Amino acid sequence: MTARARPRRWRSEYTVFAVMTGALVVAPLVAYSGLLMTCMCMALFACAFNLLIGYVGLLSFGHAMFLGGAGYAAAHAAKVWELPPELAILFGTAVAAALGLVVGWLAIRRQGIYFAMITLGLAQMIYFVCSQAKFTHGEDAIQGVPRGVLFGVVDLANPAAMYGLVLVVFLVGFSIIYRVIHSPFGAVLTAIRENETRAVSLGYNTDHYKLIAFVISAALAGTAGATKALASQVASLTDVHWTMSGEVVLMTLIGGLGRFTGPVVGAFVVVCLEHYFAESSGWVNVAQGVVFVLCVLTFRQGMMGKLSAALRLPL
Amino acid sequence: MSSLLPQLMLGLFNGACYALLSLGLAIIFGLLNVVNFAHGAFYMLGAFIGWGLLHYAGLGYWAALVIAPLVVGVLGVVLERTLLSRLYRLDPLYNLLLTFGLALILQGLFLAKFGSSGEIYDPPAALRGAWNLGFMILPIYRGWVMIVSVVVCLATWYVTERTKLGSYLRAATENAGLVQAFGINVPRMVTVTYGLGVALAAFAGVLAAPIFRVNPTMGDDMIIIVFAVVVIGGMGSIMGSIVTGFALGLVEGLTKVLYPPASSTVVFALMALVLLVRPAGLFGKAP
Repeated sequence: MTARARPRRWRSEYTVFAVMTGALVVAPLVAYSGLLMTCMCMALFACAFNLLIGYVGLLSFGHAMFLGGAGYAAAHAAKVWELPPELAILFGTAVAAALGLVVGWLAIRRQGIYFAMITLGLAQMIYFVCSQAKFTHGEDAIQGVPRGVLFGVVDLANPAAMYGLVLVVFLVGFSIIYRVIHSPFGAVLTAIRENETRAVSLGYNTDHYKLIAFVISAALAGTAGATKALASQVASLTDVHWTMSGEVVLMTLIGGLGRFTGPVVGAFVVVCLEHYFAESSGWVNVAQGVVFVLCVLTFRQGMMGKLSAALRLPL
Repeated sequence: MSSLLPQLMLGLFNGACYALLSLGLAIIFGLLNVVNFAHGAFYMLGAFIGWGLLHYAGLGYWAALVIAPLVVGVLGVVLERTLLSRLYRLDPLYNLLLTFGLALILQGLFLAKFGSSGEIYDPPAALRGAWNLGFMILPIYRGWVMIVSVVVCLATWYVTERTKLGSYLRAATENAGLVQAFGINVPRMVTVTYGLGVALAAFAGVLAAPIFRVNPTMGDDMIIIVFAVVVIGGMGSIMGSIVTGFALGLVEGLTKVLYPPASSTVVFALMALVLLVRPAGLFGKAP
C-alpha cells in the first residue's frame, strides 16, 4: 500500500459509513422497525464473527453461545434484578466476554477444523446447560423482558427510542471492529491468518493475539445478543442453538468473508429472507443449504467482494 | 443401582454408533482432509432409507442393512465427484462449509416431508425379545448391534492396517503426491474412500433405526457428539476412534445413572479436559 493511496481509502470508507448510517436512520420509514432491529443486532453479531474468520482465519462454529448466553444474561438482569437497560447490556457483554475467555483459551490450542469442532462442542454444552438451567425457563424462554428507561431518562417502551438505541449500539460496535481491524493489532491478526509460523518467527506470541481477538469477538457478539434480547423482549433457546452458529457463518459468507461491510449486508439479506419465507420449517433449511453450497462453490468473495471489485472500492 | 447395567448397555449401544460414525469421519479426514459435516445427515438418511424400504417396498431389515449403505455410498461418490473435489485446492474450511450446506439440505428435505416427530421402525422378528443373562435382561437387538458394530469396526481396522489396499490408503494419507507418482490412482481412491465412509454412516443409521425414532434431526444431535469424540480421540488412528467411541458411550451411560442432568454435557466436558491435558487428543500425533 503506497502512501498516496492512503487518504483516498479513508475518504471512501467514511462515505460507506455515512451512507450506511443515513440508510439506517431513514429505514424505519419504509420498513418494519422490529425487523430492522433484528437485522442490526444480527449484523453486529456477524461483524463480530467476521473479525475471527475474516481477519484471524479462525472458524468458530459456536458463536451462538455468546449471542444467546448474553441474551439470557441481559434478560435475566433486566427482568429479575431489574437493572436499567444500559447495565443489562453491559452485563450481557461481560458474561459473553468471560465465556469467550474460557472457550477461547481452550479452543486456540487446536487449529483449523479442530477449532471449528471444539467451538461447536463447547457451544452445544452451553446449549444443554441453558436448556436445563432454572433461570432460563428452558423451552418457555424468558419472556416479557422489560426494556426499561435508558440512563433514567429515555423510556425505551417508545419504539423510536428503542430503535435509536439499537442503531447506536450497532454503529459503535461496528466502529470498534473497524478500528480493531485497521490497527497495528489488526495487522498482526492478518499476519497470523496469512502465515502463523512466520508471525511466530517474527516474535509475536500468536496465541495471545488469537485469544484477545476471540474475546473481543465474543464480547461484541454478546452486546448484539443482549441488545436483541431487550429489543425483542425475549431470550430463548433459538439463539443458543447450533443452527444460529451456522446462520452467522452463512451471513458472513454471503456478504463476503474478511470484508468489513460484508457481514452487515449478509445479515440483512438472511434475516429478511427468513422473515419473508415465513416459518415453513424444513424449506428454510433447504434454502440455506443451497445458498451455502452455491456460495462455497461459486461465490466465495461474497456480495461485497464482488461489488468491491466492480467499483474498485475497498468495501 | 438396578438401573446401572441397562444404562451401561444403552451407553455401549450409543458408543457403537459413535464408533461407527467417528470411524468413517476419521477415514475420510485422513485421506481427503475434509471434516464431513454431512456425516450425521447420511446417518439419518440411512435410517430413513431403512424405514422407507419397509414402508413403501415391503423390504425388511436385512435388505435395508445392505441397500441403505449402498445407496448412500453411491450418493456419496456422486457428491464427492461433482462437488467436494472442486474444493480440494482451497482451505479445508470451505469443504467443511460445503458439507454443512449439504447436511442442511438433506435435513430440510426430510423435515419438510416428515416433520420432526419421527417414524417408528420395528426390529426384525428374529431379533425381538430378550435374553436373560442371569444378572440382567439384555434385549436381543441391542446385543446384536453391539456384536455387529464391533465386527464392522474391527474389519475396517484390519483392512486399513493389515492389507495392501490399506497400506496404499495410509501412504496416500501421508503424501498423496508421492503415492500418485508410484502409479496409484489416488483420486479414485479418494472417491471410493468417501463413498465407504458415508456408507458406514448409513449402516449405523439402519442399526440405530429400531432403537431411536427415525427422525430428520437424529443426525445433528449425533454429529456434534461425534465431533467431540473425534477431538478427544484424535483423528490420527482408526483404533483410537473405535476405542474412544465405545468408551464415551459407556461414560455417558454411567453419567445417566450417577448424575442424570450431566449426561448430555459430559462428553463435551471431557473434550475440554482432554484439550487441557493432551491437546492433540488421546491417540493423536503431536501437531
